[in-house]
Amino acid sequence: MTRFSTAFAKPHPALVCFITAGDGDTAANLDALVAGGADVIELGMPFTDPMADGPAIQAANIRALNGGTTTADVLRHAAEFRARHPHVPLVLMGYANPMIRHGPEWFADECAKAGVDGVICVDIPPEEDEALGPALRAKNIAPIRLSTPTTDAARLPRVLEGSDGFLYYVSVAGITGKQQAAQASIADAVARLKAATDLPVAVGFGVRTPEQAAAIAQVADGVVVGSALVEIVGEHGNDAPEKLRELTQALANAVHSARKG
Amino acid sequence: MPDSRGHFGDYGGRYVAETLMPLVLDLEREYRAAHADPAFQEQFDGLLEHYVGRPSPLYYAERLTEELRKDAGAGMGAQVWFKRDELNHTGAHKINNCIGQILLAMRMGKTRIIAETGAGQHGVATATVCARFGLPCVVYMGAEDVRRQSPNVFRMKLLGAEIVPVTAGRGTLKDAMNEALRDWVANVSDTFYIIGTAAGPHPYPELVRDFQSVIGKEAKAQIELRTGRLPDLLVACIGGGSNALGLFHPFLDDSDVGMLGVEAAGHGLDGDEHAASLLGGHPGVLHGNRTYLLQDEDGQITEGHSISAGLDYPGIGPEHAWLKDTGRVEYTAITDKEALDAFQLLCRTEGIIPALEPSHAIAAVAKRAKEMPQDSIILANLCGRGDKDIFTVAEKLGVEI
Repeated sequence: MTRFSTAFAKPHPALVCFITAGDGDTAANLDALVAGGADVIELGMPFTDPMADGPAIQAANIRALNGGTTTADVLRHAAEFRARHPHVPLVLMGYANPMIRHGPEWFADECAKAGVDGVICVDIPPEEDEALGPALRAKNIAPIRLSTPTTDAARLPRVLEGSDGFLYYVSVAGITGKQQAAQASIADAVARLKAATDLPVAVGFGVRTPEQAAAIAQVADGVVVGSALVEIVGEHGNDAPEKLRELTQALANAVHSARKG
Repeated sequence: MPDSRGHFGDYGGRYVAETLMPLVLDLEREYRAAHADPAFQEQFDGLLEHYVGRPSPLYYAERLTEELRKDAGAGMGAQVWFKRDELNHTGAHKINNCIGQILLAMRMGKTRIIAETGAGQHGVATATVCARFGLPCVVYMGAEDVRRQSPNVFRMKLLGAEIVPVTAGRGTLKDAMNEALRDWVANVSDTFYIIGTAAGPHPYPELVRDFQSVIGKEAKAQIELRTGRLPDLLVACIGGGSNALGLFHPFLDDSDVGMLGVEAAGHGLDGDEHAASLLGGHPGVLHGNRTYLLQDEDGQITEGHSISAGLDYPGIGPEHAWLKDTGRVEYTAITDKEALDAFQLLCRTEGIIPALEPSHAIAAVAKRAKEMPQDSIILANLCGRGDKDIFTVAEKLGVEI
């Protein structure tokens, strides 16, 4: 069993929580997410040009970079997290350029050493898989792909090929942290995806409240929350961990008590 | 030609978020169909002739040639010719591409246009074609560039465009491009993104190059008619590189024609204050393509600097990256100061006020001409006129206007 298959084999849907590395007290923030009940952690790698992200995560990227956060820092946070939490799946999420700066093999090797389970690279579509995918798979790190409302049935097999860990359904055509999609469209999309793959399907983009998370957890294997958590770090800085734990706990209660459809 | 996935050697490709992939694939299909459709080509050519004012003249710069020969050795000093793309409607080569892309947008049934702009020339060209065809237009522009290029901001507003100042980052062209991509990803169903240079995800680098190749095709026919032969050296400035590719591309198979691309060296290549992606950057991925980028050891994108707002982009069209690696095109860089001197030189000798972008090319021409025999021919692209830059130049010269 991988950490992913364990996390998604629980009797309830999984809560996936995102924060940006180097923004606030990263170690304490990560611990707060786990303490609050997060089942999977996504750690954002800051990038100067996060063009698929909305204002909240963009600002977090800038805060982290202004604070001097380097790729080495991100990997150190990952390795320390792995030492403290041996069983919680850890995903690095970010953009291609920082990941491939020293070659895909270098990055995959560093991820493996740090105990990273999966990588989401926003701007490497399946068509450009060779830029990173083969190196990750060679180290047993899951390349986690995104499916979106614009990914039609003809294209979906392309997205699924070489995809691993879980499938991330981006519920709105847009950037992170903005409007939420209609529940009915999410239910339809998840049903379509689950008919096409055995991978767990986690839904994100625009999920902010326990009520929204619970509704999505009725139909999905996982719910991803990012901007709402990142905003807490932005607002509370080093005092964020307790607030993060509170929101995570409320989200976890909502997600974990929802039944899968 | 790029391969089927839009790669020029190791460069190019389609590095975009999944939301945009289906649209980018649609665009490629539509572009292939348009390219093969004589009616599309006819409409494009007609607009270039009657709206843009093409063909642009090819001009022998006699006084500049004589001036440069004064410092050259005996028998040295090449003839300098200019392709006059600054005489196009809206004052730069940018309009060629905008005409092509808005025709594509309408073919695809898109009803809203977005664009990014640095110096404002592409923004003005986009606003112009939107006014011409009656489509709403939103232009993303770095807040710093909005300040530096206020005449162009006013022009765009007169043309009916909405200008969105971008304050993220340092508020320059790359930040405007990020914001345009955010808009596009949120409005994929009705919006067409008119990219201003030969960069971005495939097929943009190819289609922008094709639309701009009118420059080189005309230049080739004109110089053969006037001199009976091809030039020895082509010269063009490079930000993203669309005017250079437009000039170079029709000559790529003519092995006797040398080509020189001129990047912005800003305050010098030895420091960080330049915008020379090829000479001072490393390959990486940004804005949908793999190409040379100004970046640090962690792959974070660093800000370019140039006196010219049109050249301070930290990336470059992927075909240039490939042409550099293959050695077909030679690349050099010109500092702010050298460009400023060349700007004044052309004003004085030819009665032409060039934009600061082609002033970089003129500076490189001035250096090369002296090293070449008098019967050799340099053909440079004068890709934009300098009206927009007079405030920047006055400030640098310490003149209050």
